[in-house]
Amino acid sequence: MNRKKLDLRSIEYLVCILLAVLSIFPFWIMIVNATRSTTQIQQHAISMIPSTYALNNFKVLTGKSFKPIVGFTNSLIISIGATACAVYFSTMTAYGLVVYRWRGRQAYFTAVMAVMMIPAQITMIGFYQMMYRLHLTNRLSMLILPAIASPTMIFFMRQYMVGALSLEIVQSARIDGAGEFRIFNQIALPIMKPAIATQAIFSFVSSWNDLFRPLVLLTNQKKYTMPIMVSLLRGDIYKTEYGSVYLGLTLTVIPLMIVYFLLSKYIIAGVALGSVKG
Amino acid sequence: MKKKKSLSYAKWGYIFVAPATIAFLIFSLYPILFTAVLGFTDFKGVATTTFHFLKDPFENYKAILSSGLFRKALANTFGMWICNFIPQIGLALLLAAWFTRTHHNLKGQGAFKVLMYMPNIITAATVAILFNALFGYPMGPVNDILVKLGIFAKPVEMLRNKMVARGVIVFIQFWMWYGYTMIVLISGILGISPEIFESAAIDGANGWQTFWKITIPNIRTILLFTLVTSLIGGLQMFDIPRLFQNGNPDNATLTTSLFIYNQAFSGSYMYNRASAASMIMFVIICFFSAIMFYFLRDKDEIAENKIMRRQEKEYRKQLKAQKRMEAGR
Repeated sequence: MNRKKLDLRSIEYLVCILLAVLSIFPFWIMIVNATRSTTQIQQHAISMIPSTYALNNFKVLTGKSFKPIVGFTNSLIISIGATACAVYFSTMTAYGLVVYRWRGRQAYFTAVMAVMMIPAQITMIGFYQMMYRLHLTNRLSMLILPAIASPTMIFFMRQYMVGALSLEIVQSARIDGAGEFRIFNQIALPIMKPAIATQAIFSFVSSWNDLFRPLVLLTNQKKYTMPIMVSLLRGDIYKTEYGSVYLGLTLTVIPLMIVYFLLSKYIIAGVALGSVKG
Repeated sequence: MKKKKSLSYAKWGYIFVAPATIAFLIFSLYPILFTAVLGFTDFKGVATTTFHFLKDPFENYKAILSSGLFRKALANTFGMWICNFIPQIGLALLLAAWFTRTHHNLKGQGAFKVLMYMPNIITAATVAILFNALFGYPMGPVNDILVKLGIFAKPVEMLRNKMVARGVIVFIQFWMWYGYTMIVLISGILGISPEIFESAAIDGANGWQTFWKITIPNIRTILLFTLVTSLIGGLQMFDIPRLFQNGNPDNATLTTSLFIYNQAFSGSYMYNRASAASMIMFVIICFFSAIMFYFLRDKDEIAENKIMRRQEKEYRKQLKAQKRMEAGR
């Protein structure tokens, strides 16, 4: 009996280790190949040992249309801007739903839940045509401002706030003579910090990884985001530059991995929390 | 007097929800309505801004629904989603059961979770191109391994095969999402009251029975939530099929999102057809989310809200009566 349990447990460990390796292996090949020359890759496409051609690959990579700094800067501007808008205004909307009693409040919350599932892709033709007519394509701000309305985040913030913010605190701040916006900014926002941190991470990552909307809206190469830069690696100009392609991919993955391994505890807790609340 | 003041705060409620509401009206509602309108017009061609309504308003819809390519894209999208979801939920359930066991715990769970979830946060565009490179021909790493192992005599252009191309996309989806699903299910299982498990143990249930008779029924809402959100996500699959093989070979990996994108932003820029296809997808997504909300609706909360609304109504009535009395006096 004990023997059988031991065997089962070693199978479980084996499965877990295999899956962990499966998560790392493709990225490991990518990083190693980023340091190898195209000739080396052509001879042996798979290798565990890094080589010394990273700088050379970088020169070839940036000598063509892939501009990592431009992509990185644009992605950073959009992601930070969109995340800031999303968390601030979603918390604000949640505050309006939790703290005040107004006609239509319940209906409003139901509407938030109803529109939560509408994907941005469905609205894209109309969105693009609207932007085209107003001459607002190629504006990074047009990828930031829509984040002010983030129904999923409003829903999450509202659920969190119901449990976290006591109305007595709001009431006593009012008695002390604080204005409504001041109470929100100086009392409610700090209380919401844990929820804001979690939501900010997910908002940032999804904004950073988004390809569809930037691809439709941005046609000027100077405005390209990181995922659009990545998509250039699929094109003909990099067809035979294997080392450079791997290096370009690596450049987009490394920052994400650093952030992930620094924040993984919070990210995984955040996934778990979101599912229970949702 | 005091009561009157507390009511005057209501205006602040409207002020606080105003920014998000205005942004929603401009950036979501208007584009949806505009898309819906364009679906009934002859609007196409790059750099045109004028359009006319069609004599037969449903011409675009008919064209899309009878288009072999759209049907193929729809079938591909559903097919690839199902093929990834079944193993994904199966593995996630298995791992969740292992990781939530209270006795004979596996060591290093934290590290396993971190590594298994990792592919989920990596840019899908990057993952698609990486896998395209890994399956490269003639000298990609996968070919290299298979030749070295003696499985292939010489490198094979695997991605020319429809089923292999689809299979790789299915694998990518599975690989990127099973970790997420696992964490969601773990938190669901941890949310079950431990007393239920204890009484099952007292009744002499074994691990297998406990899993099927206690765990699964108690997380069925989370399972449904996972199913529907995964389906809606799957219906929007775009980055991976576009950058992996751009819908090829022979449109075997063409998804509906990619179909819509190609209609609108390439070839003859058929915005009208793309709009009609968008609205069809919109209806499909609404249908599935309506099913989910129907089953997930919290009966207690609905009852609570009903009571609250009744109280608010009565309170308002009282206030009105009070005002009338004051005015009468």
